[in-house]
Amino acid sequence: MNEMSNSEITDKKKRYAAGVLKYAQMGYWDGDYQPKDTDVLALFRITPQDGVDPIEAAAAVAGESSTATWTVVWTDRLTACDQYRAKAYKVEPVPGTPGQYFCYVAYDLILFEEGSIANVTASIIGNVFSFKPLKAARLEDMRFPVAYIKTFAGPPTGIVVERERLDKFGRPLLGATTKPKLGLSGKNYGRVVYEGLKGGLDFMKDDENINSQPFMHWRDRFLYCMEAVNKATAATGETKGHYLNITAGTMEEMYRRAEFAKELGSCIVMVDLIVGWTAIQSISNWCRQNDMILHMHRAGHGTYTRQKNHGISFRVIAKWLRMAGVDHLHCGTAVGKLEGDPMTVQGFYNVCREIHNEVDLPRGIFFEQDWGNLKKVMPVASGGIHAGQMHQLIDLFGDDVVLQFGGGTIGHPMGIQAGATANRVALEAMVLARNEGVDLKTEGPEVLRKAAKWCKPLEAALDTWGNITFNYTSTDTSDFVPTASVS
Amino acid sequence: MRITQGCFSFLPDLDDNQIRDQVEYILSKDWAVGIEWTDEPHPRNTYWEMWGNPMFDLKDAKGVMMELDECRKAHGDGYIRINAFDSTRGWETVMMSFIVNRPKHEPSFKTWRMEADGRHLRYTHELVG
Repeated sequence: MNEMSNSEITDKKKRYAAGVLKYAQMGYWDGDYQPKDTDVLALFRITPQDGVDPIEAAAAVAGESSTATWTVVWTDRLTACDQYRAKAYKVEPVPGTPGQYFCYVAYDLILFEEGSIANVTASIIGNVFSFKPLKAARLEDMRFPVAYIKTFAGPPTGIVVERERLDKFGRPLLGATTKPKLGLSGKNYGRVVYEGLKGGLDFMKDDENINSQPFMHWRDRFLYCMEAVNKATAATGETKGHYLNITAGTMEEMYRRAEFAKELGSCIVMVDLIVGWTAIQSISNWCRQNDMILHMHRAGHGTYTRQKNHGISFRVIAKWLRMAGVDHLHCGTAVGKLEGDPMTVQGFYNVCREIHNEVDLPRGIFFEQDWGNLKKVMPVASGGIHAGQMHQLIDLFGDDVVLQFGGGTIGHPMGIQAGATANRVALEAMVLARNEGVDLKTEGPEVLRKAAKWCKPLEAALDTWGNITFNYTSTDTSDFVPTASVS
Repeated sequence: MRITQGCFSFLPDLDDNQIRDQVEYILSKDWAVGIEWTDEPHPRNTYWEMWGNPMFDLKDAKGVMMELDECRKAHGDGYIRINAFDSTRGWETVMMSFIVNRPKHEPSFKTWRMEADGRHLRYTHELVG
């Protein structure tokens, strides 16, 4: 292969002669290309088949995610085809991972329909992930120009308005998922909700697979949960909520459930990620129109986000969801039972909460992203966390997060209310101490022990779970570990 | 009943040293402290009475503690809270809010349920002595 083989063929007769050319020769590789501020940028991690030149593989990714097909077509010449061609403009080896390459691709803004994540995904992940010359491909990150961001309305509520509506400031919010996930009758289910909220939680939650099964019709669940929410509000003088899962088989049924939640006075509804992008954007519009907070449970994401060599990084899913418009998003716990390297998870939180993301390679943020005043998404940490980890959670994630302790509330030896109280006391004691200047990393456990001296439920929680950790190696980790500075 | 609004209501009531530490934290963030009081701690009562404007240019926690003392003299048997206002773009809201004074006897809430069509219920909460 000579140096010229990856260059675009500029002689039009040769370029458009019938037959097969390399993607690079067709114009999908331009190592000198300077991305425009108005371009959509994507970073793919690709693993070319043995013997496939990485630059040609990158060009193929650009081609298959924009205008190309496997052979030359003369109909290109009816269009301003050079502008419609995505350009792979940089290919570099993934540090410490032979055979994998980071490939950067730029797309002209005209390639995307305004306000449609369905269109973005159909373009960027529509075809290329099955492409034979690649063993594997992963969409690592994307950069959207502000012009495109502004075609989305984003979260219907956002962190600021949610806090103002709930009248809760200066601490993480607390939640718990009702357990067992399946089998409770509506009346028994509402009992768990009431106990958790009265004990000190801000929110209780339906799990992802609670819809309307034979053991509990959705209307029963909604009615009993709202009784629990209102009774707990009266018992505490605080605003309370329950994420009513309105996920259903059709959009019509989702709207029906959403309307009922509204009629009953719920402040929040939830949907699962598996409803799909179009349904998410539709229900987001409905929420904006009805002053409803929209909780997103990322059910199913692990099928394509977890393995580093193939799929989509969750940071991209988080970006799409902020644009599509959700208010709460499960982003991982780092310390709990589910996948998540701490730095990588912090990167997801930053995507949700910052108004401007700077490049931050250790946290997996490859592009600067201006969010164009799109509202902030409240991240949710849920899955195998307990009061004994409170200092780590606050140290990792700060105040703007919902901490959800499901088992850690409902499994408490003294009951659900005591479980909720233990978590709330641990939370408030930790925030107070942090604000006083206590270093949570080193002195956090001591703060918990002190509070447990006057709070029996917290003492019992620490006795039960204090030593439970989930120390497994993460699969989705940073490729750029920071090196200690010499000075 | 103990009303649990604010970010420290599950802890024992803060003493003045603890309150001053929190005020110093607020000032270290360049947030402005506002003192508010009410006799009506209904969760939907958003607007408590302001004890003056938020103290935008104040740098010393002592000033806040003096104002708090004055507010307590006037409304010692009501609720008093300290709010922190952040003017940073993208926030421009309250960043912290905690109760620093409670009445000797706290009120409670009665839930009213109005039965409607189907099994609909309309709820409302009334503050009762």
